[in-house]
Amino acid sequence: MSTLPDPVEQLLEAALVGELTVVDGSGHPVTYPLIPLYDGEKIYLTSSTLFSRKLEHIKANPKVSLSITDPVAVDGRTDRVTIQGDARIIEEDPHGGWERLLPIWEKKEPSIVYFLKARVALPLFFERSLIEITPSRALYWPDGNAATAPTTTVVGKAAA
Amino acid sequence: MAAPVVPASATPRTPALDATTGLTKLASYPFQVLTFVDENGYPVSVALEAAVDVASGSATFSAPAGFAVPSGIDVSLTGSHIRPQPGYGYDERRHVTVWGRAATDGDQVTFRAARAWGWDEAEVPFFEYSERSLGQSKKYFDALSAERGTPVKPKLSFGWLALRTTRLPFLSATIVPVVLGIVIAARQGSFDLLTAVLTVIGSAFVQLGLNVANDVFDSVQGADEANVTPTQYSGGSRVIQYGLVSFRQMAGLATGFYVAAGLIGLLLLALRGSPALLFIGVAGFIVSIGYTAPPLKFVYRGLGEIAVAVGFGPLMLLGAYVVQTRGALSWEPLVASLPIALLVMLILYVNEIPDRRGDARVGKRTLPVRLSKPTVIAGYRTAAIAAYVILVAGVALGVLPIPALLALLTIPLALQVSRGLEPNYDNPYGLMAIMGVNVKVHLYAGLLLLAGYAVVLILGALAPSVSLFIGR
Repeated sequence: MSTLPDPVEQLLEAALVGELTVVDGSGHPVTYPLIPLYDGEKIYLTSSTLFSRKLEHIKANPKVSLSITDPVAVDGRTDRVTIQGDARIIEEDPHGGWERLLPIWEKKEPSIVYFLKARVALPLFFERSLIEITPSRALYWPDGNAATAPTTTVVGKAAA
Repeated sequence: MAAPVVPASATPRTPALDATTGLTKLASYPFQVLTFVDENGYPVSVALEAAVDVASGSATFSAPAGFAVPSGIDVSLTGSHIRPQPGYGYDERRHVTVWGRAATDGDQVTFRAARAWGWDEAEVPFFEYSERSLGQSKKYFDALSAERGTPVKPKLSFGWLALRTTRLPFLSATIVPVVLGIVIAARQGSFDLLTAVLTVIGSAFVQLGLNVANDVFDSVQGADEANVTPTQYSGGSRVIQYGLVSFRQMAGLATGFYVAAGLIGLLLLALRGSPALLFIGVAGFIVSIGYTAPPLKFVYRGLGEIAVAVGFGPLMLLGAYVVQTRGALSWEPLVASLPIALLVMLILYVNEIPDRRGDARVGKRTLPVRLSKPTVIAGYRTAAIAAYVILVAGVALGVLPIPALLALLTIPLALQVSRGLEPNYDNPYGLMAIMGVNVKVHLYAGLLLLAGYAVVLILGALAPSVSLFIGR
């Protein structure tokens, strides 16, 4: 089980969008807004093959972070978090393997089920790989204010 | 025929942002997310409020507590926005990232922008963004195939794939004129069930062959690759571009449809042969194959609209008619075919509007490529009016039966299309609904013409002395 702090888990469960940052071949951070899907242990994001550059970066360098920063995307909450961790790509079945996360995805974006039924209209959008993040550290700002140093939790260890 | 070599980069990508534009966009977000790679190699992101000065190409912000913002490496500032839509998800997606170097002076950090990247669905609609990203998908599957040592391809269920590949719903363009030709012949006393069914099937194969061949030759000539705004009604099936069906498979499928159509054509010639049927059959094949195939390439030479009008109007309707009449011709099927020809031509004509930029890039000189917006819209109105005037004139002259006027009930739909062209001319996805209505104009006009003839047939059986033709 995850040892992410409760407020962080709540943010993950509420967030309609978070910012996944990966590191490209030149060592630069590259940020992608994506829907975080949390199963209580790992954080998942899905990526269409159309927008799969991020997958190339992760395969070359699995160190990533996921931030939840936008109050609008978390029903008005003002706390913020950046979760660092290692990612792996799950792509055994780009056609349907990702659908095991559909129930969590549907809770955040109910329309996805409708679009999936009409996948003939945009078939490549539904050819997707999973990004599985194993959290290693969480930086949490209870008031969302960068003027205050975040509370740091090393996952699986005591809070710093 | 050689398969086209389409590099992953062939599809035009979304234009890159320059740093100034990126900063301008970044300034519009209520907060920014500073991101850098920490000493352990992991990205760190901190939300803060930066003061963006576009003129100087920089942004300043208070140093976030607990972090030393690195100065010797690129850091980034990101803005991201969505609008939640409860019960649906969200919309108004946009984001921008600007990279540059940061310099810390006391508790202030100055960020100097160097480059930017982002997407705003208000500027590049999601469907267009997806089409512009086809090269990345191809790259992904190529890499995965190489990694596994076996081809990995995107998939669709057989039913959906067949529907998409053949563009089956567009068969109404064939069914309407062919059935009408058969019904007109039946009204005149000529009807043979076996050859009627064979005619419908053979004609359908011709159109399916045309649909698939169109994708094959448009791929060879780069037209489908150049089109980044395809819709449900335009831009081809795109199964080749999506990697769902190979070029070779599509070429084989088109050949198969044409061979099947040719065999049925030969059978019909054997059963009900006539010089008229032979001429119409040969002309139909030439128009169908020559629509996109070299050397004729009618649609590339600005003759596609005429080819479609002739092929799906007089040739289909008269072809079906002469099969039944064993070659006898009359004015009635010809006149009945003209409104259908004009309305089917208008399906293509309107569908070409969103394709026109991609078509122009590869020298596909359709009418919307060659003509100005006002002229194209005026052209629609003129052709639609002509279709209805011919119908009324045909009835007034006693060539068509009075119940054929039922087709006039589609005028409000044609008006809806006419009015929808102006505001949606440059918005392919807004135009999609208009294209849908335009398909209905042709389909419903055809069905109403058939209904009119059904009235004639029924009344002819019940009261043979009553004529539904003016002057007869």
